[in-house]
Order: sequence, then structure tokens, then C-alpha cells
Amino acid sequence: MPKDSGIGASSKRREDVRFLTGAGNYTDDINVHGQAYVFFLRSDIAHGRLKSVDTSAAEGMPGVVKVFTGKDFEGVGGMPCGWEVTDKHGAPMQEPPHPILAQGKVRHVGDPIAAVVADSLEQARDAAEAIDVDIEELTAVIDMKAAAQDGSTLVHDDLKNNICYDWQLGETDDAKVDEVFANAAHVTTLDLVNNRLVANPMEPRVAVGEYKRGTDEYTLYTTSQNPHVIRLLMCAFVLGLPEHKVRVVAPDVGGGFGTKIFHYAEEAFCTFAAKACNRPVKWTSSRTEAFMSDAHGRDHVSKIELALDAENNFVGLRTNTYANLGAYLSTFSSSVPTWLHGTLMAGNYKTPVIQVNVKAMFTNTVPVDAYRGAGRPEATFQLERVVDKAARELGVDPIALRRQNFVTQFPYDTPVALTYDTGDYNGTMDKLEAAADLAGFAARRAQSEANGKLRGLGINCYIEACGIAPSNIVGMLGARAGLYDAATVRVNATGSISVMVGAHSHGQGHETAFPQVVADMIGIDESMVEIVHGDTSKIPFGMGTYGSRSLAVCGSAMVKATEKVIEKAKRIAAHLLEASEADIELKDGQFSVAGTDKSVAWGDVTLTAYVPHNYPLEVEPGLEETAFYDPANFTFPAGAYACEVEVDPETGQVSVEKFTAADDFGNIINPMIVDGQVHGGIGQGIGQALLENCAYDENGQLLSASYMDYAMPRADDVPFYGVDHSSQTPCTHNPLGVKGCGEAGAIGSPPAVVNAVLDALNSGGKAVDHIDMPVSPSRVWAAMNG
Amino acid sequence: MYSFEFEKPSTIADAVAALAAEDAQALGGGQTLIPTLKQRLASPSALVSLSGISEMQGVCVEDDGSVSVGGATTHATVASEAANTYPALAALAGQIGDPAVRNRGTIGGSVANNDPAACYPAGVLGSGATIRTNTREIAADDFFEGMFSTALDDGEIITSVRFPVPQAASYQKFLQPASRFALVGVFLARFADGVRVAVTGASEDGVFRWSEAEQALNTSFSPDALMGLHVNPMNMIADLHGSKDYRAHLVSVMTKRAVAACS
Repeated sequence: MPKDSGIGASSKRREDVRFLTGAGNYTDDINVHGQAYVFFLRSDIAHGRLKSVDTSAAEGMPGVVKVFTGKDFEGVGGMPCGWEVTDKHGAPMQEPPHPILAQGKVRHVGDPIAAVVADSLEQARDAAEAIDVDIEELTAVIDMKAAAQDGSTLVHDDLKNNICYDWQLGETDDAKVDEVFANAAHVTTLDLVNNRLVANPMEPRVAVGEYKRGTDEYTLYTTSQNPHVIRLLMCAFVLGLPEHKVRVVAPDVGGGFGTKIFHYAEEAFCTFAAKACNRPVKWTSSRTEAFMSDAHGRDHVSKIELALDAENNFVGLRTNTYANLGAYLSTFSSSVPTWLHGTLMAGNYKTPVIQVNVKAMFTNTVPVDAYRGAGRPEATFQLERVVDKAARELGVDPIALRRQNFVTQFPYDTPVALTYDTGDYNGTMDKLEAAADLAGFAARRAQSEANGKLRGLGINCYIEACGIAPSNIVGMLGARAGLYDAATVRVNATGSISVMVGAHSHGQGHETAFPQVVADMIGIDESMVEIVHGDTSKIPFGMGTYGSRSLAVCGSAMVKATEKVIEKAKRIAAHLLEASEADIELKDGQFSVAGTDKSVAWGDVTLTAYVPHNYPLEVEPGLEETAFYDPANFTFPAGAYACEVEVDPETGQVSVEKFTAADDFGNIINPMIVDGQVHGGIGQGIGQALLENCAYDENGQLLSASYMDYAMPRADDVPFYGVDHSSQTPCTHNPLGVKGCGEAGAIGSPPAVVNAVLDALNSGGKAVDHIDMPVSPSRVWAAMNG
Repeated sequence: MYSFEFEKPSTIADAVAALAAEDAQALGGGQTLIPTLKQRLASPSALVSLSGISEMQGVCVEDDGSVSVGGATTHATVASEAANTYPALAALAGQIGDPAVRNRGTIGGSVANNDPAACYPAGVLGSGATIRTNTREIAADDFFEGMFSTALDDGEIITSVRFPVPQAASYQKFLQPASRFALVGVFLARFADGVRVAVTGASEDGVFRWSEAEQALNTSFSPDALMGLHVNPMNMIADLHGSKDYRAHLVSVMTKRAVAACS
């Protein structure tokens, strides 16, 4: 029987009532008395030297409060990078400055040159048009392989080349890797591109900076997934402000997908300008600005080689990747192609020798950083495409080849730095085969063929590493932040509970799922528990939400704080019941003395905590506990996906007819929310596989700068999904046994879609090895007629 | 957007007068013009909305059986009101954009803009329609003069478009995946005196008639009649979404499908 409340219940998302009835409170809904508006004048040239920026005409325009250029930020810190990667020779990455407004050069279309603060946005725009900018245009650095050549134009003049780092993971002895490949019975090689994406959350970024002269206090309202991280970075590295004088609020946030993790120049600008102008300053990104200023995702060019022995066992894997970082280092950009990508190259397989090589490149494009999955989709795509190609080359069943090479013993130390604590890849594949009715595929293919369509089946496995941790290990790997999280459980006198959490909810459903856990632990109604998040003045120092970490990390902190609360409440109950603390049991919101009918209700205990008349003298009044939680390891969700497509052989049009996901997320708190996360992730994965493509021309002009050319998936581009989450191997090292589900769909689906398209084409007699994403009709047609 | 005056006349005469002002601009449904203004890519002195002119609204059947669509009629209205009288035209209108676009965008605005990937120019040219303005009647064959270019004079208003109703017709649209304009759209109409084939989305010169296909279909109205016929890829559009060769290929495929739908 499905539960109707608590852990395991599909409680309806309480936050949706306000979102669906227009009662949400987003950053753009926040208007501070007396606020001015900023318009950023952005470069329309990809690479150029700033000869002069003349703002004199603009300064006299109607409504103008102040005009800022890069000169106003000399001596102010630049935007920091939160992860220092060490290259394969032991040297630190090259880390160029990233000023708030361009200084000396512009380095991508959209790079802000000047900022006009005015009484109205239109006045600010008018004045920005009066700014005279003289730019000496330079050759744009766009192609990554060309950018890596000696003598290439430099994106940053002070760096020795355009390579941020040349990084390696796994086997360091090239000769040993060469030997594995030389002795292999079969080698499958694949060159592929992981297409650049724009996250496109429904809500564009917004920032409102406010400064109170009387108390010397700042408030920044911003569209962020992690307000404490923004406050720390902005105070400590950019503006040099005391943290206790700065409050960062991220209210309702309309989707993040990674792109709202990062600390952006516009946030620091609005905070700085609020004091400089002595007025609140608001910025709302237009959609066009979002395309050219939100951090992009993916953009890898890779070669992957898989070596197999005569029995089709994987014996070696080698990858060489160029990873685009864009013009500047965004907050966590350096970690994505390395520790979030190279570490995942083992996938679900027990390949003994793996070598991952990554050159991270500066180019004259928008900075690239984490986007749903962040490195793990890039790893999975390479691996699962090459495995599928190997199966076709060898003439073996792609599922059998995968099963044969699955890791089956846990814990498992991979050759690329991770220890998988638990999993059941064969069991999950069994679930997939049943849920996707793979036995019925041949009949469905025959039906499609009768309709003049080619039908293909694509299989994919994935593993991901969620809840990146522990802090001491990631610190050794270069992280400049801790990766714990925190929660405060504040029990009110009448028994209701406010839980202040470091995680931030921007679509994940924390406001529903987190209370399910606390309510379940105490045995009270979920409606008695409320989550507070997104305001540094209200919550403990937490690291926010990304990397599918919220429940596994912050949820664990919340459990620990709740355990402390229960422990203290039992002491109070023991006093009230005149019993020994050891004999007190808590069930269904009642404290009782074991083996007796004596009991006291949760509400009586909480009231006693705050009205401590009849109270144990050695216990502090009140009932509020905080816990910080630093995980012992990542969590490792894994799954197997099946995609069925139809291809129109005349036009190359692909339609996804059936998509089934079998995921192992360990224990599940709210199955409905987990299903929804997987649905959304698959939607984005299908978007990447078939539709989305952020493209630059050779001059660095953004060709897909609006929805006229950037294709987002729509409802009719995706099928009804089948999801099966009954394969459950609980995480071994966190109290809830949970793993993380936010990114799985986006990680696991792109290779399944592409594998399916290739299966369809090959079934129709077209010997096509690979098509780069997005697998658009024109690309399919070209491949079929190539 | 820049500041502008706004006028919403209720008669064609008042609209013509308002459009005589320097840099005044007619506003249909605003589905192209308003985004252009928001990007500050145009700065008209005045916008003259045509949506308040009742005589430019709606769909009617004229005495000779042709279907006349008022210039300010929305796509949604055509999709519903022409469904019985000219189903292929109604189907075309029902495939434009999304419901929000269809409830704002107008036939006059679309035809006057002559976007090379818009649907209506194919329907108008393929039907051999007549564009009626405040001053004259223009045959579709003389109206479309290339990408974003028409025979309209400054200040001239499309008051209605008159469509002769063919024996059979079909619009086959292959979607550009991002904009959902036509990557290639083919409107085919079969009249007693011959077949017309108009192609949108494909050519750098905007909507065009594929005369070789028309001749072949006049000889034998079947998909097989098009075997071996291809438009010259040279003048096709090449962009992120399709090469010249791909568009040329799609013209053949969509035309065959239109024939099949009419057979």
C-alpha cells in the first residue's frame, strides 16, 4: 500500500499552489522604494581591444543617475573561480582576471562594457546608446583545437597560451595504456561533440542591490541556487565587504539547472552600485541578454577509444577531450570537465585501465559552467556511445555486452578515483527490460516499418556521482569551498516546526519533501513542518542546491538536527512522565514510557520546553537544534534507459515514440517528485539530443541568440515516459539511504536517444556510425545520404 | 522600445490618413513588429493599429464562390471560419505559431511582411489569390517581390485577400525546429485549369512557384509525376537548420505529400 504521508508518500507539492496561482514571489517581483534601474552595454564584438569608452554624452541624458565603466572597478576584485585545478605536470591552472566590467579588452559577445543606472530602464537604455565605444577588433578565438595551437591569438594577453589546464586522470603511464590497446582483440574509436547548451530557465536572472546608509548594511536579492555561496564569494573575493553586513536573499527562483549556481558580475555590480548611487539598483535580464550572459553548458569535443579482449571484456579506455571554458572562468567551470567528468569515465563497467585527458580552453565565447549533470552527461555520452558502437562492430547484443562488463561487487574502487558504495546494475537492467517491454520491440518495429518509418531501440546505462564530498577530499582536489550542508530545526512552543535549510528549492519540491522526513521522524502531520530557505539572514550557512545534493547532504543535516531535537524532547518527556529517559519511546507524536500506558503528547512537551515551569533544571529551555553534515562519500545513483524512435527516411525527422527509465535512487522520500525530476531531466536530455544547439560563427557571433534559432523541447517533442524506481540499493553512508535524482534524466537520456536513431538507420540498411547532437532532421538526412 | 504615438482608427480612410505621417507604421497583429520594436531595431513615429477597423475583419464567401479574408483577420479566425469553405487554407492558418500567435497575428500583417519562412505567402501564391488594398487589386503572382519585399507602396493597406477555392488543396509544412516557421512549406492547389505549387521557407528570394512541378502535375496529377524533379539548390537558404541541398530535397518531399493528400 502506498503511504499517504511521511517518508515514501507522494504528498502533493505544497509550493505549487502559489506557483500555479500567480502568488509566487520572484526576484523581479521585489521592488525597493526609490530603486533605479541598470542597463548593461554589452559588446557586440567577440574579441577586441577597448580603445576608449566615452560616457560624457550619456551622463547628461534624462534620468541618468551614474554611468560606470571598467575604470570604476579598478582596485575592486574580479569574479572568482571556486576550484583550482592542477594540471598533469603539477602546475596550477591559468587563472585570468574576470572584471565586473570589461577592462582593456572585450572577450565575448555580451561582455559588459559599461553600465548605466537611471530612473527608468528605458532611460538607461537611451543613455547607453549615447556611449561612444571604440574597439579595435581582434581575431576571434572560437575553434578549440585551433586555439590550442602555438601561435594562436590569445584570449588573455597575459597568459602563455589559451589552455587553462592540460589535465589527466587515471593511468599516468602512457606506455601501459598503449600496450593495452596494442594487445586488444578489438578497439572501437569514436570522435564526438557534446553540444553547447544554454540552460534557459523560465525565469531570467535578476538582481536588486540595496544599501542602508544608516547601518552600513547591504541586501542583495538575486536569482540564486545558493545564497550563502554568493555572499561569501562577493564579500570575500569581489567587493571586500564584511559578511555580517551583507544579506543575500534568493526568494522563489524559476528554475536554475546549474546556471544560477554561479556568482555573476551583475550581482556584484548591483550591490556595489547601490552604495555608489545611494539608491537601490535593479537589473532584470532580457532573454537576449540571458543567451549571451548566463553561463552555457557542455561544449566538449572528444575522442574516445575502447579496447576489448577476445571475450568482449573491456580492457582499456582512453579519452582525449577539449573542453570549452569560454572567455573567463565562471565560478565552478574548472571542476566540470575534470572532477565531475573524468571521474565518471568508468561508468557502470569494470574496465581495469582508464586514462582521461582534458585540455580546457579559453575561447571568445560566453563562459561555460555546470548545466544539469555537469560533466557527468559528457562522460556518459562518450562512454555509452562507444560501447554501443563496439556492440554494433562486434555484432553482439548491446545489453549483453553491457551486462558482461558491469561492476557487480561493491564497494568498487574505479581506476578514476571514485569508490562506488553500492548498486545493482543487472537488477536495474532487469527492471528496464520489463518496464520497457523490450520483448515487444520487434513487433513495434514491424508496425513502424509498415507505416514507412524506421524504428530504432537505444539502450543506455549511466552512473552519476551526487552530493560531491567530503570537504577534506574535495579541498585536496582544488575546491575552494566546503561541500557540507546545514539545517536548523526550530520547534515552536505549540509544536509546529520551522526548518531552516542551506539547500535552496527552485523546482525540486523541498518545501514538500523535507517536511515529510521531519514529520515522519516525530510522527506528526506534515503540515506542522515548514521549510525556510533562501535568505542568509534566516538560515544557517549552507552550500545550496546543485549536483543532486539537497536531500543527500542537507537532508542528512536536517535528520541529524531532528535527532538532536527528539533526544532533548525525550529528556523533557522523561521528566514529565517521571520516568527514565532510556524508557521513553516516540511514536505517532506521543512520548510514552515503554511497557506502560503513560504518555505525553508532542505538543505538551514542546510547550513545556518554552514554558518550563515543571522542567528538568539541568536541561536548557527551548527546543532548537542545528546540525552540519559533511558526507563521507558521494552517492552513486545509477540506471538503465531505453529509447525508441521512429525516423522518417524521407526527411530525417526523428520522433521519440517511447522512453523508459529504470533508476536506482536508493530510498525515495516522495515518489511523485522523483518521477517528476526524472521526467524533466529526460525532457532536457531529449532537448540536447535532438534540438538544442548553441552555435557561434567563426567571428564569434552567437547564431542561436533567441528562440527563433535555439530550439527548446516542447511538450509535443517528448512522449509519455515510463519510469521504474523499484530497483533500490540504499546509499550506505547517509542516514536516509538516499542518493539524488535531479540530474539523472539529463545524464542518461542523450545517449539513449542517439543510440536509438543509429539503430533505426542501421536497421534500414544505412551504415551510419555516429551523428553529432543535436540529431536534427538535416543531420540525419545528410548522414543517410552521405 | 523607443517612444511612439499610437493610433487605432476605426475606418480604412482614417488609417490611410494616419499612415501619411512621416515614419508612421501600420500595425497588424504585431507578431513581428512588436519584437522588432522591443529590440529597438525600428523607431516609427507612430503605430497605426488596423485591428479596430471592422470592415477588415472576418471571413466571407463572395458571389463567385471565392473566399475573402479581411486584412485584419487573425489566424485563429481563419482556422475556424474558413474550415468549411477552404479547408486547406484553414489548416494552414491553424499551423502558424502557437495559440497566442494565432490569436494576435493577422493575414494582412503576414502577407505584407513577406517573411521568407512564413506560411501565408505560400497559401496566397499557391491559391492564386488577389490582394486587395485601399487603392487597388494585386494578383499574388505580382505581389511577392522577394524576401521581406512586396508590391505594396508606403502607406498602402491590405484590406482583404480573395482566394479562389480550388478543387483540392493541401499545405505541407516541415517545421524549423526552433521557430516552428516553415523550414520548407509547400502549398499545392488543384484548379480546373491547372495546378499551382507555391514554396515557402526554402528560397533566398522568398516564396516562389515551382513551375516544373506544376507542369508535370498538369500532365499527370500523381506523386510519381514528380519523380526526378528537383528545385535548384543554388538559391535555397542555408542556415543552422538545413543546408541548401536539404531544403531542395524537402521541397520535393513536401510537394509529393501535398499531391498525395489531394489525390
